[in-house]
Amino acid sequence: MEIGGQDHFYLEGHIALAIPGEDRDVTVYSSTQHPTEVQHMVSHALGVPSHAVTVEVRRMGGAFGGKETQGNLFACIAAIAAKKLGRAVKCRPDRDEDMIATGKRHDFVADYDIGFDADGRILAADFVLAARCGFSSDLSGPVTDRALFHCDNAYFYPAVRAVSEPLRTHTVSNTAFRGFGGPQGVLAAERVIEEIAFATGRDALDIRKLNFYGVSDRNVAPYHQTIEDNIIGQLVEQLEVSSDYRARRVEIRDWNARNRIVKRGLALTPVKFGISFTASWFNQAGALVLVYADGSVQINHGGTEMGQGLHQKIAQIVANEFQIDVGRIRITATNTGKVPNTSATAASSGADLNGMAAVDACRKIKLAMSEFLAAHWKVSTDSIVFDRNRVTSGAHSMSFSQATQAAYMARVPLSATGFYKTPKIHWDRASGRGHPFYYFSYGAAVAETSVDTLTGEYRVERVDILHDVGRSLNPALDRGQIEGGFVQGQGWLTTEELWWDDKGRLRTHAPSTYKIPVASDRPRIFNVELADWSENREPTVYRSKAVGEPPLMLAITVLHALSDAVASVADHKICPRLDAPATPERVLFAIERLRAMSNAGAAA
Amino acid sequence: MTRRSVRFLLDDELHDLSDFEPTMTLLEWLRLDRRRIGTKEGCAEGDCGACTIVVGQLVDGAVSYAAINSCIRLLATLDGCQILTVESLARDGVLHPIQQALVDLHGSQCGFCTPGFVMSLLAMHLEEGAPDNQRVEDVIAGNLCRCTGYRPIVDAALAACDGKANDAITTARATISARLAGLHDDATVEIAGAKSRLFAPASVADFASLYAEHSDAVVLAGGTDAGLWITKELKRPKILISLARLDELRRIEDAGSAIAFGAMVDLNRVRKALADIHPHLDELMRRFGSEQIRNAGTIGGNVANGSPIGDLPPALIALDARVGLRRGDERRELPLDSFFLDYRKQDRRPGEFVERIMVPTLPANALFHASKVSKRFDEDITAVCGVFRLLLDAKGIVTDARLAFGGMAGIPKRAAQAEAALIDQVWSATSAEAAAQALSQDFAPLSDWRGSARYRSVVAANLLRRFAIETASSQAPTRVAGLLRNLADA
Repeated sequence: MEIGGQDHFYLEGHIALAIPGEDRDVTVYSSTQHPTEVQHMVSHALGVPSHAVTVEVRRMGGAFGGKETQGNLFACIAAIAAKKLGRAVKCRPDRDEDMIATGKRHDFVADYDIGFDADGRILAADFVLAARCGFSSDLSGPVTDRALFHCDNAYFYPAVRAVSEPLRTHTVSNTAFRGFGGPQGVLAAERVIEEIAFATGRDALDIRKLNFYGVSDRNVAPYHQTIEDNIIGQLVEQLEVSSDYRARRVEIRDWNARNRIVKRGLALTPVKFGISFTASWFNQAGALVLVYADGSVQINHGGTEMGQGLHQKIAQIVANEFQIDVGRIRITATNTGKVPNTSATAASSGADLNGMAAVDACRKIKLAMSEFLAAHWKVSTDSIVFDRNRVTSGAHSMSFSQATQAAYMARVPLSATGFYKTPKIHWDRASGRGHPFYYFSYGAAVAETSVDTLTGEYRVERVDILHDVGRSLNPALDRGQIEGGFVQGQGWLTTEELWWDDKGRLRTHAPSTYKIPVASDRPRIFNVELADWSENREPTVYRSKAVGEPPLMLAITVLHALSDAVASVADHKICPRLDAPATPERVLFAIERLRAMSNAGAAA
Repeated sequence: MTRRSVRFLLDDELHDLSDFEPTMTLLEWLRLDRRRIGTKEGCAEGDCGACTIVVGQLVDGAVSYAAINSCIRLLATLDGCQILTVESLARDGVLHPIQQALVDLHGSQCGFCTPGFVMSLLAMHLEEGAPDNQRVEDVIAGNLCRCTGYRPIVDAALAACDGKANDAITTARATISARLAGLHDDATVEIAGAKSRLFAPASVADFASLYAEHSDAVVLAGGTDAGLWITKELKRPKILISLARLDELRRIEDAGSAIAFGAMVDLNRVRKALADIHPHLDELMRRFGSEQIRNAGTIGGNVANGSPIGDLPPALIALDARVGLRRGDERRELPLDSFFLDYRKQDRRPGEFVERIMVPTLPANALFHASKVSKRFDEDITAVCGVFRLLLDAKGIVTDARLAFGGMAGIPKRAAQAEAALIDQVWSATSAEAAAQALSQDFAPLSDWRGSARYRSVVAANLLRRFAIETASSQAPTRVAGLLRNLADA
């Protein structure tokens, strides 16, 4: 199976502004998801210690993984020039330069051999996942690892061999992109399910359900981690009913029988996505909380804001800890001078890691305030309650700002750093064993498409999503991530095609040639629900779950619904093997191929 | 008479600028000179919409508002206009209703695209009644968002744009109209920079003599393609002539069995006029570029530019349109299909320009069809465009066939062999099949990122088959999107 790459197409391209300071100092304003790495790179480029380099990020105009490492180049150029010239230097590639020069989602070729029984139950799986990495390793090692980690998706393989082939090529060096290799692995797994469905003549959903991980048995992943929080069965059952899958399957078959030109297709695909950096040391975070005497609060943490709403979530967490209005809280720009040694805001981990670090810092300050007020009021520390902008103990009560003012006058420290490291995880890459993921996020989606068999053009008619975010920190933000991730994934699998000419030049390096979804491409009917009954089994921040990457893979259902529509031209007897991106051209040629095979079969 | 400055309003503030490089874009001026940094550069080619602003122009004495891409619009072409940016909206800390709806309904994530969306929606809000979902999608088809998936943006648009604009811009319309009228004069604007010189004449006669004198000038109509020569190819033409002030060329005249379009009629107005000829043309024009591009781009520019994949020329050729050319005071007229000679080469002499396009309406005995196929439905450049007109006699026999294609050759071109296959035949699935087979003798298309040669050939033939199917039954679902989508349960 061929799986295309994808350009991030963040609306704001890369940019860096370097301002030289005294001695060896430089401050770099960078559009990066990873300020600490920019700090390291600039310090390396200038030959100065990390303490001489300050990197700041207010926000990014979208990133999606494209600014995890790719901003380093522009930051270093700006910093070197700034120090050389002794003046501020800004470096910004235009859209074409940005798209030509920066890495993208890895394109893959996935090979698979599958053993299965007459019912369609998988007995053994053998995958080779080859990826175009480009001219440098960048993040290709961990990306191809994560592809392997997800070639099971939600399915139990009793026996499995999975090998990655990270290929060094003379093309642009590919990099992180929302899902980080996971989507390519999941896509391979779903192709396998589709093949089995055609081989057995059963509905693909039945094959999926037959092969889901078990809850108490059949629950060990290929990397020897026991899946402890499996809810995919319950989630898919609920979606199957709410989307009216079975009845629509019948309706669509009937519709296709009566219509010659436009064919419809339907599919349901699940997602199980492992949460944690597979490089275990990245699973740490710091936060700095500053409470001012007037009762206003400033918080700085290691995460960066790129539109995902991380700062809003952190502000809510701090507000919740102090039980004060969120309007009292200001999140400052991410700055290596405030919180050191941060991890990239990546792997969907921003709220999990930085939220817990913020909680840690808040609780230190609350303890100091509580001890002070306990002594002041002559009550026990345990009796101090922060509630609705006030601090109270029995009959004693003062407003939060009175309390902070009093604490300041009494020389109580009102700032603290917080720290968090993810428990439980470990991974031994050499033996392929461990517990690389703290927990899993789950989701499933049903898509219905219509396909024009004369041109290959198609429309996503309806999508139903049920997605697990544990106990949501902010349902509006989570829904935004789910819908946005879905449409971005749909783009990857449909109209977004990277096209190189015979001289090796990328010719799709601007929006005129590289086609991301527009408003009319979103599903005509779009039903999105959070699995509100789910909560994280692990003690994450308020039992929430990560949401950044997993929803992108929900869009795999679109590829399968297109494939289902294509299959209808050969009476669902031949697996279309529709590769990605399924451009109208690919869809039309798949239709032609199936018709030719079907006619040849009928003639024989 | 010459005026060496450009005069326009930014909000209600008059600017009279004389000392600048005429290749400066409106976006550059807004961001670098005025520090209005809410307007963003996302692509510098008019395709992502982050730079969208609203321009007010006098139409029949009253100001009319339209969204355009400021990244490819030269500042010097805005003489006599009013410019509104996202900074024009919030008053005394209170957001405009469109902005507030986007906040309330979570229509902004990273925020970089948001000002552009706001301005696209503002133009719609100021000029039209309450929109439906289709209209909102059309208006924002030229605004890319990579974060939200668009659902909340469309919801916000439907919530905020109720057809009853009552904002400060609306209440100031009469005042602004009067002030714009006061900026009008008959002088030719001339802006001389270090590398380029730009003229913006006030009459067609002045333009004709200027162009006869400077026949090597780059002529800017809407500038939606020529703008990219400046922003992408970094060209600095010595002489530029802008037609932006030539209201004489903005007329649409009913010439009985034809519509006469002045060269500067913008593509949205062309759409409305062509929609009266046939609903397929409405859909074809709906998908032409984006709302912003259609507001700026013109019928004359699209024809004179001679792009091999321009969406309008195949339609105009199929309709048997004629092009009116002028050099100085000398005029001639020729059929459009003989105007296009070769890739980007037209039958146009030095100093000669496209003055008008005459488009015949459909005779009563005509069958008509237009299809555009592209990788993405909206705001995408065509892979294959097919526009067909057949004239039938009383027995249903084809007496005249015009099968025009875009994307199949170096120029928009008729399929002579396929046409011949239809003449004297009854129009049916059988004759359509013969024509489809004959197409391989007409075209040897190229492969590129929009489609392979094989895809183009297969689709072009299938468009003829689609035409026959749609002729046989107007009820059969043959299209999955757009105004012609017919997915009623058959």
